[in-house]
Amino acid sequence: MIRRRLELVLLLGPALLLFVGFVLAPIVVAAYYSLYEWQGFGSLTDFVGIGNYRDVVTGAVFQGAVVHNVVIVVLSLVVQLPVSVALALLLNRKLRGRGALRLVVFAPYVLSEATTAVIWLLILQPGGFVDQALTFLGLHGAIRQWLADPKVVLLTLFVVITWKYIGFGIILLLAGLQGIPRELHEAAALDGASAWQATRSVVLPLLGPTIRIWIFLSVIGSLQVFDVVWIMTLGGPANASTTMATYLIDHGFKRYEFGYGSAVAVVLFIICFAFALLYQRFALRRDTEGALR
Amino acid sequence: MRRIRLITVTIAAALLAAACGSSGTTGSGALTWWHNGTSDPLKSLWQSVADGYHAAHPDVTISIDPIQNEQFQTKVPLALQSDSPPGVYQQWGGGGEASQIKSGKVLDLTSAVSSWIGTLGKAAEGWQVDGKQYGVPFDLHVVGFWYRKDLFAKAQITTPPATMADFYADIDKLRAAGVTPVAIGSKDRWPDAFYWDYFAVRECSTDVVKQSIKAQKLDDPCWQKAGDDLTALLAKNPFQQGFLGTPAQQGAGSSAGMVANGQAAMELQGDWEPGTMAALTEDKDFASKLGWFPFPTIEGGAGDPGVTLGGGDGFSCTTVAPPSCPDFLKYIDGAEVQTKLAAAGIGLPVNPDAAGALKDPTLRQVFDFSRKATYIQTYFDIALPTNVGQALDDAIANFVAGKGTAASVAQSVGQAATGDK
Repeated sequence: MIRRRLELVLLLGPALLLFVGFVLAPIVVAAYYSLYEWQGFGSLTDFVGIGNYRDVVTGAVFQGAVVHNVVIVVLSLVVQLPVSVALALLLNRKLRGRGALRLVVFAPYVLSEATTAVIWLLILQPGGFVDQALTFLGLHGAIRQWLADPKVVLLTLFVVITWKYIGFGIILLLAGLQGIPRELHEAAALDGASAWQATRSVVLPLLGPTIRIWIFLSVIGSLQVFDVVWIMTLGGPANASTTMATYLIDHGFKRYEFGYGSAVAVVLFIICFAFALLYQRFALRRDTEGALR
Repeated sequence: MRRIRLITVTIAAALLAAACGSSGTTGSGALTWWHNGTSDPLKSLWQSVADGYHAAHPDVTISIDPIQNEQFQTKVPLALQSDSPPGVYQQWGGGGEASQIKSGKVLDLTSAVSSWIGTLGKAAEGWQVDGKQYGVPFDLHVVGFWYRKDLFAKAQITTPPATMADFYADIDKLRAAGVTPVAIGSKDRWPDAFYWDYFAVRECSTDVVKQSIKAQKLDDPCWQKAGDDLTALLAKNPFQQGFLGTPAQQGAGSSAGMVANGQAAMELQGDWEPGTMAALTEDKDFASKLGWFPFPTIEGGAGDPGVTLGGGDGFSCTTVAPPSCPDFLKYIDGAEVQTKLAAAGIGLPVNPDAAGALKDPTLRQVFDFSRKATYIQTYFDIALPTNVGQALDDAIANFVAGKGTAASVAQSVGQAATGDK
C-alpha cells in the first residue's frame, strides 16, 4: 500500500508540480490581479473588486470581440466541417495522386501561424497575388481592400485560418475513416446500398466521435484565435477584427492595464472552461464512456 | 551541540556568499545595460561606448543586454518589480517613465546631472517628472514631412507647402499628375496619431497643451478643432488606397517603402525615416531625391507655428546601479559619443557640439529646425500615461477608419484617465 503511494508520488509528482506551477498558479494569480486597478508598477493597492469585470463585460469593444469570436466559431462549424468531411471522404478513396493531394492539404498546418500570417499578408496586399488572380479571371469587380475594409476583414482572416487549419481536420477525419471496418462497407454493398447510402448510413455515423472531437478543438481554437489576427491586422481597422485574445494583449501589454487585462483573461478562461465542461457533459460523454471510468 | 553550530555557521556563510554574489553583479562597479540596439550600426556603437567608458574607468565593467524594442514593454515592468533590475535601461520619458517611478527602483538623477543637463536644451524636459530628472535623452526625434523631390517636380511643385492651404493645393497637383500624394501606415495606428497631434499643437496654444496633458483632460475647444482639421484632411483623400491595412515600416509595401520606391510623394514621419526607407529600396541614390519640410501652419490656429512634435530615446539609472551610473550617462551625452551617434546617422544628437557630424544635409536641416523650435511637444501617446496615450492612439485610429467623432477623440483621454474602458 505504502509502496503504491510512493510510486504514485514519484511518478505523478513531477507532472503535478509542473501543472500546479505553470497552469493552476497563473490562473489563481491572474484572478487575484483582476481585482485590482494595476499598471504593473509598485504594489497592488487599488482594490476595485469586480469593477474590472464590469468594465470588461459592458465594454463595447470587448462585446464586439466576443461577436467576432462567435462569428469565427459558427463559420468554422458551417464551412470548415462540411468541406473537411467532403475532402476526407475524397482522399480516403483510391485515386491517382492521393499521396500528393494529402500532402498538399496538410502542408499549411505544418507552417507556424506567424509564417502563415506573413505569407498571406503578401498574398493579400493591394495589387498582390489575390488581386492579380482576380484581374486575370476577369473578376476585377470582386477586388476588395481585404485587410483594410472593416466589412470584409473578418472574413478574410477566416479564410486564412481555414487555409491553415483545414488540413489538420482532414487528417483527423481520415484517421477516423481508417478506423471504420472494411466488413461494414462490404455488408452495405451486399445489401445493395449505393455509395451515397453507404456514406450516409454507415460511414458518417461511425465518424461521429471524430467529428465531435474536431468540433471541440475547433471551437476552443476559434475562441482563442490570436496569432494570425495580431500579425495581419492588429485587430483593426477600427476594431473590426478584434478578438478576445487580441483585446487582452492590447490592454494588458500595450496599455499596461495589467489588472484589467487579467480580468479579460479570466473571462476568456471561464468562457472556454464552461464550453469544455458542457461539451464534455452533453456531447463527448458517450464517446469517452468507459475510457475515463 | 557543536555540530549544530557548525551547520549554522556554514549556512550563514553560504547566505553571505549568496548575498555578496547577487550584490556583486549590480553593486560595486558592475553595470548591466539594457538598450534596444539589437542590430548594427547601433549594436556595435553601444559596444564601443561601453568599451570606451571601461577604458577610462577600469573599476566599472559594463555588461550589455541588447533587447528588441517591443520586448521592452514587457521586460521593464517585470524587471522593475523584481529585486534585480538592470543598472541602466532605455527609457522614452513622459507618462511611461512616470508610471515606472512608482516601482521605487528608478534613480532620481536631478542633482547628479544638474551641472551639464542644461547643455541639452529643451530635449531633456521630456524626461522630467514633477520637476525631477529621472532619465536623460541621448538623441532627439522630430516629426515632419519627408517628400520625393522628383515626384514634386513631376507635379510641378516648386517649393514645399508652408500652409495647410498650400498643402491641399499640392495634393490636388500630385493627384492630377497621377501620383499618390501621401503614404501612411495606418495599420500600426501610431502614424495616424502624428496627424492629430500636429493639428492639435497648431490649434492649441502651448500653455493649453501643457496644462491639458498634465490634467489628462482635453476640454479646450481647440482639441475639437484638431479633430475637425483631421476630418477635412481625410475628406481630401490624400492617402494611398487601402491605407488602413498598410504597415508603417515593414516591407516594400509599407508606407516607408512606398515613398522609398517612388509610389507615393510624401510621408509624415520621424527623422529616423531615411534610414528605414534605405533598407526598403534597391535605389542607392534615393537619399538625394528625398527632401523634408515641417508640418504646415494653420491659419487662425492658436498654436505657435514654431512648435515641433517629437520625442527621443534616453536612459534611466536604477537604484541598484553603481554610483558611476549618472557619470556614464554624462559620457553618452558628451561630444565624443554624440559625434559617433550623429555620424552613424542614428538620430539627431542632443548635444549641439555633435551637429557637425550629421553627414546628410537633409538631416542637418531637420536638426537646425529642431534647435530653433520654440517648444518640442513629446508625442501625446508618450507624454501621457501609457494607458491613456494608447487609448488616445486607438481613438484616433478608429476616427481615421471612420468610427467616432472629432469630439470623441478628445474625450478618449479623459475617459481613459478616469478608468473608463
